[in-house]
Parts: sequence; structure tokens; C-alpha cells
Amino acid sequence: MPDTIPGYIGQSVPRREDKRLLRGEGLFVADIQLPNMLHVAIARSQFPHARIKDIDLSKALSAEGVELAISGEDILEQLPPISGMQLATPPGYQERVDTDIQIPDQPLIPHEKVRFVGEPYALVVARNRYLAEDALELISTDFDPLPPVATTDKALDENAPLLHEKLGRNVAAILHTKKGQGAEALKTAPHRLKRRFYHHRYAAMPMECRGVVADYDARTDTLTIWSSTQVVHWVSREVANSLGMPEENVRCIAPDVGGGFGGKGHVYPEDILVAYLARRLQRPVKWIEDRHEHILNSTHSRDNIYDVEIGFDNDGRIETVVSDFVVDSGAYSPIGAGIAGNSIAHMLGPYDIPNYEASSKIVLTNRTPNAPYRGAGRPEVGFAMERAVDLVANELELDPAEVRFRNMIKADQMPYSVGLTYRDGVPIVYDSGDYPKALERALEELGGLKSIRKRQKDALRQGRYIGLGLGCYVEGTGVGPFEGATVKIDATGKIVVATGACPQGQGHETVFAQVTADLWKVPIEDVYVTVADTAHVTMGYGTLASRSTVTASGAIQLASDQIKEKAFAIASGILEAGEKDLELRDSGVGVKGVPGMHISFRDIATAARPGWGHKRPEGIDAGLEATSYYEPPTVTWAYASNAAIVEVNPGTGQVLIENYVEVHDAGVLVNPAIADGQVKGGLVQGLGGGLMEEITYDENGQLLTGSFMDYLLPSASDVPPITVIHQETPSPLNSLGVKGLGEGGAIAPPVVIANAVCDALRPFKAEINSTPVRWGEVAAIFGDDPFKATSTTTTPEMEK
Amino acid sequence: MDEQSISLTVNGTEQNGEAEPRMSLADFLRERLGLTGTHIGCEHGVCGVCTVICDGMAVRSCLMFAVQADKKEIRTIEGLADGDTMHPLQTLFSEQRALQCGFCTPGMLMTAVDLVDNNPSITPPEIKAGMSAVLCRCTGYEGILKAVEAYAKQIKGV
Repeated sequence: MPDTIPGYIGQSVPRREDKRLLRGEGLFVADIQLPNMLHVAIARSQFPHARIKDIDLSKALSAEGVELAISGEDILEQLPPISGMQLATPPGYQERVDTDIQIPDQPLIPHEKVRFVGEPYALVVARNRYLAEDALELISTDFDPLPPVATTDKALDENAPLLHEKLGRNVAAILHTKKGQGAEALKTAPHRLKRRFYHHRYAAMPMECRGVVADYDARTDTLTIWSSTQVVHWVSREVANSLGMPEENVRCIAPDVGGGFGGKGHVYPEDILVAYLARRLQRPVKWIEDRHEHILNSTHSRDNIYDVEIGFDNDGRIETVVSDFVVDSGAYSPIGAGIAGNSIAHMLGPYDIPNYEASSKIVLTNRTPNAPYRGAGRPEVGFAMERAVDLVANELELDPAEVRFRNMIKADQMPYSVGLTYRDGVPIVYDSGDYPKALERALEELGGLKSIRKRQKDALRQGRYIGLGLGCYVEGTGVGPFEGATVKIDATGKIVVATGACPQGQGHETVFAQVTADLWKVPIEDVYVTVADTAHVTMGYGTLASRSTVTASGAIQLASDQIKEKAFAIASGILEAGEKDLELRDSGVGVKGVPGMHISFRDIATAARPGWGHKRPEGIDAGLEATSYYEPPTVTWAYASNAAIVEVNPGTGQVLIENYVEVHDAGVLVNPAIADGQVKGGLVQGLGGGLMEEITYDENGQLLTGSFMDYLLPSASDVPPITVIHQETPSPLNSLGVKGLGEGGAIAPPVVIANAVCDALRPFKAEINSTPVRWGEVAAIFGDDPFKATSTTTTPEMEK
Repeated sequence: MDEQSISLTVNGTEQNGEAEPRMSLADFLRERLGLTGTHIGCEHGVCGVCTVICDGMAVRSCLMFAVQADKKEIRTIEGLADGDTMHPLQTLFSEQRALQCGFCTPGMLMTAVDLVDNNPSITPPEIKAGMSAVLCRCTGYEGILKAVEAYAKQIKGV
């Protein structure tokens, strides 16, 4: 591995992406217009659960401008469902985590029954979108409503109707793991505390909905797909398999993508359907999801119920954590057992806890499928755990900050072996960092614990309710299995890089140019980066799970190392110097300490070309190009401490966040301004989830929040003052010292708000153990007489 | 449905086109004129991503029909820069890290132009309230507000 000397890494280099995006010259999927293109509109179920008896497309087919209308039956023989079991757990995982996984397949268009409101049952292809939507209105259906399985409680009832009869149960996966004595340790713990926690359903909600355009070239039997996706290689592989084409002939490009946050992190039925239609009709086909469709049909997230029992001693040292939780997976589970696996692996957080036991059920209901969204299991488990830590403090009348400090892993315990197995099958070892310092710094930023407590007391005397909320987490980032990169030095001496990463606003073109420029010690202008195009790198994984800076940089390094060896060998021959005496400098290779002895990359590239005139030493292949796949040893461990001051209005229950601080450690920051933007953007999503955003269903499984009129996203006015402090502890797991950071910000805010409100309402012994934190419920805690009432807030799911 | 002829000025250029009465201005700009810089985020007037300027006022182009733009003067994101010279707001957005994915950015910029150019004495709280008309899912708004505040200062000549 090369040395990393100060260069572009660590600089807030302006983003390459900005110019086109600021000028309206970006290219998003919806912007693609091809000659002769047709448009798809999709008929979506209004029933949560219904048997399809008949779908009559005849009127739609004869409507103006309609080229094709199909239902599930029409593609039954041609298109297999998306396999539920394709995301196998890695070797090693099952040694420590007992699993019983039966993820159902997802039909592209079901033909027997629909399983959630929004599931497709037919589609129309027409000359334009207006006509396609007109024709949808002409489809007549005969659906036989089935009893809805609207909640996980109902789904687990032994008499519950089955969503997937083949499975024989409404459970997609059962996971269990144990550390030390697990639940047994409760028996000897001096104190025990048991609670139910609920983290509600909300969603990634990128400003750009999804969309797919496909173009088939019959002459070469090739498909080009533009998809607003985070995983181009997965899309092309799935389409190739479904359509029986070689993967080589299916190119997938994610052009500019308007946010993803996990919601675009897997293959959807539409990715395959649009490709299929383009080939079948031999014309370009476009499908652009509208917002209503997006809320119905693109995956939701969170929606977990946790039963937690915690054993602790008189000093607040936690001896064991026992957790039993249920994930409402909706009708399918596109990322398998990933969310629950994350939750299990992250529950102990930054704390040194000797015993732990966790069981989880991923439960199928008649709701929109649940897939990872920014945080992916960590906000949910973090809510349960960090609320529980506050409750332990309350029980012992200790400060929640003090209980955290007492339990935290100390810097001198690093690297710290947790005694659990990560989702990649590798035993979890927190690689680096100083957890207590992060919490201290967060508190200092708010004035220090003593002064906060004094202020709080003084305020209470004046009838003002001020609270401090804390939330700490660790986050496995940069997960495998791999990422790919191709690096080449072309005939002009420029360095060209392609990776499997698929950005949706993270600034990869800039970040990977910085990394590459430093690896080669060239001006950043000489580096060209392409992203999210399967034609440029054979195998790739994609951008999700806070992974690309770690994994794609790793692949760029490996590929660069290969070419560097060749470049040095060639330079050595031409400069007549030993390779050990050579160094990278001035966009080429030079002899150390001899200014005149230098050969440019351009000349090395020319010398490396195949053919008569080459100047390669014997045994050196032609060309300066290499493709490498970085397979990280395991995840890097980012972490953070969050602290916020809120004031609760006793009249309205309004929760006003006065100040929010996150001290975050993602190791070396390649581009600090971009990193800062990632954490802050995530925080605001977390605040939205904690206070505003909510997807709700009625008791029959009918979606109640189908538009932005009902689903509230934070706007500029909703954002409190936020401070992010980066505590940079390099990861020892890669030579750049980087850790991932895309998701972190979104993890803690819901629990920080809940903890802060409970802290403010200490006089009432208030407990808020569910999200979102609703003003009405907060106001109810005050009751008629603010100084007498005692209450807890609940949601219907909590009453058990 | 029958199409109607409309003529309008877009970014200083006279345009003539045909649109069904039900066609939104956003679709007309994007599909008929090829001005795909105006993005569509919700199609029910909430997110503000599709904001363009019509006769000097910010409008939601998803809620306005193309036929309503007949004889009007429209300014879109494509008309913001002067050739290769970026509009000051564009430069400030880049400097202040006011964009990530860039999908809401055209709506943000056109809204900011409307807010500040029509009210040069605008205050930071007014900017915050005004910019709340457009939703951004990436940035958390800090950079956006800073950029617009800096632009307002420039306009005032402070």
C-alpha cells in the first residue's frame, strides 16, 4: 500500500458535480428522451390483501395511443419473481447467530393475489404518460378482498391468514444470538428494568422518485437501462438473469440520481419490467414513478417493536441486555434479514456489557415492503437501547450522562472485541476511537453538564421545561463483500477511474478524484472519474450501507498498485535506474533526488502500448490498466455522541430544539465539507423521523399518508441550530484510515429528542418510549395541573 | 384531447408550442422545449422542486397549466447563468455546499431569485421562511440558507 502524504485528501475540494447541477444541466432518469419512446403507467392495488379473480384489459388496449397492456398472468411464463433468498448470509455468521430464514420471492406483477396497497397488478404502455394513465382508468378488475394482516401482532396470531401460503407462516426470518450468560444474567443482576419500545414507520423519501428507461438494440441484442438506483450492477445482473441475456449485453447506468438513502438500494420489479418491455416492443420505454406511487410502492423503513429487559448494578453498570424485537417487514423483504441483523449487531453500542441476548422475528404483513433506509436497523435498536440507558439512570437517580460514562468502552480498551458476529460473518472488533471523549465534547459544546443542569433547575423554577437529550451509537461501515474499480493511464497521460459505486449526491466524482490524485501525486484535474455505469467496471456492488469511501477507495488503491508496478518497471528501463530509486512525482516517475531524471505518465503510457515501438522490459504486459476488487477484512467502526437541549412548551407540547450537537468519528475525512454535509443531512432526516415524518395505516391495512400533504418532510424552518464536530481517529483497517459516514447522522435524533423531552418532564416522571414524539401527547403529560400529573405516552401498539 | 397553440417567452427567447389544456407547465417545459433543468418532485404543489419564475413571480410549474403560460414570460434554471458566467447565487450555492444530489437545486435557486430580487431588504428570518417553500432531503438546509443570505447581502451591497 502506498504512503498517504498530505495532498488532496483532507481538503474541502469544490465538487465537480456542482456545475452541471447548478445550471440545470444534470441528467436525471426523467430527463432522458429517446426517439420513438413509449411510456408506462402502472395499475396499483387499492386493497391490502385480495385475490385477483379477473383483470380485463380489453378497453385499455383499445384506448388512444396504447401499445400494450399486461397483467401478471401475461408475464407468468416469461419473467421469474425476484428471488427472496439471493442475499445469503456469509460463512461464519451462523456460527454465532441462529437463523431460520425464509424470505419470500417477489413477483414482478402478481397474478394470484395482491399483498399491499400499491402493489402492481397491471401496466399500460402508451405514446405518452397522459394517455397511459388514461388507459389505466379503463382496466376493469374483479378482486376478492382477503382478511388483511395489518399488524405484526395479527400476523403472528396462529389463526392469521397467510400472506405467502408457500411459506406456511407470516415470518420471513428468525434470528437469535447470545453473548456471555445472556438472559441468565438477569437472575443475578441487582436491578432489572423491562420496557417496550416502538420505532415507527417512515421512509427514505428522496426528492427524486424512482424511474427507469430502457432501450433495446435488436441488431446487437443489447439492452441499455438507465435507472435511478444505488446498485447498477445488481440491476444489470438481475435483468440479465430474468431475460436470459448475457450480463455483458445488459448495461445499467445510474445517471444523476436525486437522493436514495437506501430506498433505491435494491432491485425493484420495475427495473426488470421496463427492460422486458423495451425488448418485447423493440422501442425505448420509460417509467417515472410519481410521488403518490413512490409513497405507496417504494420501500418504507423502521417500524420495529422492541421488548427489552436490562440488568444492572447499584452503580448503573449494565450487566446484561435482553432484547426481543419484531420487524414489520411488509409484504416482502427485499434485503432479507439485513435490518434485523444490523440491529442485533449494534445494540450494545459503545458500552462494555458482558452479557447479551437478542431474538428477532421479521414479520410479513400487508404493508409496503420494508428495506434499509439510512441507518438500517441502527436507529431502531438505538432508540430502544438509549432510552433504556436513560431509564436505568432514572431508576438509580443518576445523571444519564454519568451512566453512559460508567458503561462506555474506554479508549485504552481499543481495539475492543465485542463477542458478537457482524453481518459479514466476522467477529465484531471495534477498531478505534475514544467514545467517552466524544460524549464529553458534545456536552462541552452545550456548555458542560453542570451548567446545563443548573440552567435546567433555574428554568424549572420559572415554569420552563428544558431538557438534555443524549444518544450514543457505534456504526459498522464500509461493509463488504467487495467493491470494484478500474484504473488506467491513457495515451494522454490522464488517469481514468471507474468504480462500482453509485452516488446519489455524495460527491463521489470529487472524492475519488482526490483519493486517486493523492495515490498518483498528480493534479486533481488530471484524474477523470466515472461512476454508476456497468460498462466501465465489470463487477461492482453499489452505494449503500455507508460503504463507498472505504470500499471503492480500497479498490482504486489495489488497481493503482498493479499499474504502478508496471509503470515503475517501464520507467526503470527508460531512466536506467533501479526501481527502488524511483518515485512518483510531477505527473510521472522520477529518480529520487535527481531533478532532471523523470518520465511523464504520458510517455510511460506510450512506452507501455502494445506493438512494435513499445519500451517495456521483458515480462511486463502491455497497457497501463487494471481492475481490482477490494474485499474489506470487515467493517470499520464509526461512532458518535449526540446531545441536544430542548424546551417543551407546557401549553402546546411543542418541542423546540434549542441546539443539537453531534460529535462524529468517521476516521480520516477525505473531503471535510462533504463529510460535514453528509452528517448534517442525516441529522435532519433523523429529526424529521423523530418529530414529523410518519407513514400510517388504518386497522385494515389501508395507507393513510399517500402524499406530501400527509407525509411531512422537514423544511428549512424546521431545522434547529446544529453543530457537527468531527473527531478523526483513523481506522487501522485501511491505509487511508477512512470509515464510512453516510448514514450516521440519521441514527440518533429520534432517541435524543425522546430523551430530551423526558428529561425536561422529569417532574412528571414522563416516559416517551415510542416515536414520533407527538406534541399532543407531550402536552397531555402536563394534564390539567402541570405540577401534579404523571403520565406516559403510548401508541396503540404499546398496549400489550 | 385537442392541443392549443401557445406562445410564451422562455429565458428571453420567444417560444411557440402546442399543449393539451391539461398539460402542466412543467411537462411542457421539459418535454416540448427540452428544458429538463426544471425537475418534478411531487406533482401536487408541496415540494417546490419545480419552481420557475413567471412574470417575475415564483410559481409551481406542476400546478400551472402550460396554456396558462400563454403570453407570459417564464424564467427557468437554464436562464440563470449568463452563458458561461454563473449567476452569483449559483456560485454561492457551490461555495456554501448548498447542494448534494442537486435535484431540488433548480427549485431552490429560482425561489431564492424570486425572494431576494423582489425584496432586496429581505432579512434572514424572512429568507428562512421563504426558502421553506422548497424541500431538500440531502443538505439539512444550512448551506442553502447561508448562500441565500450571502446573495441578499451582495444585492444590498453590504
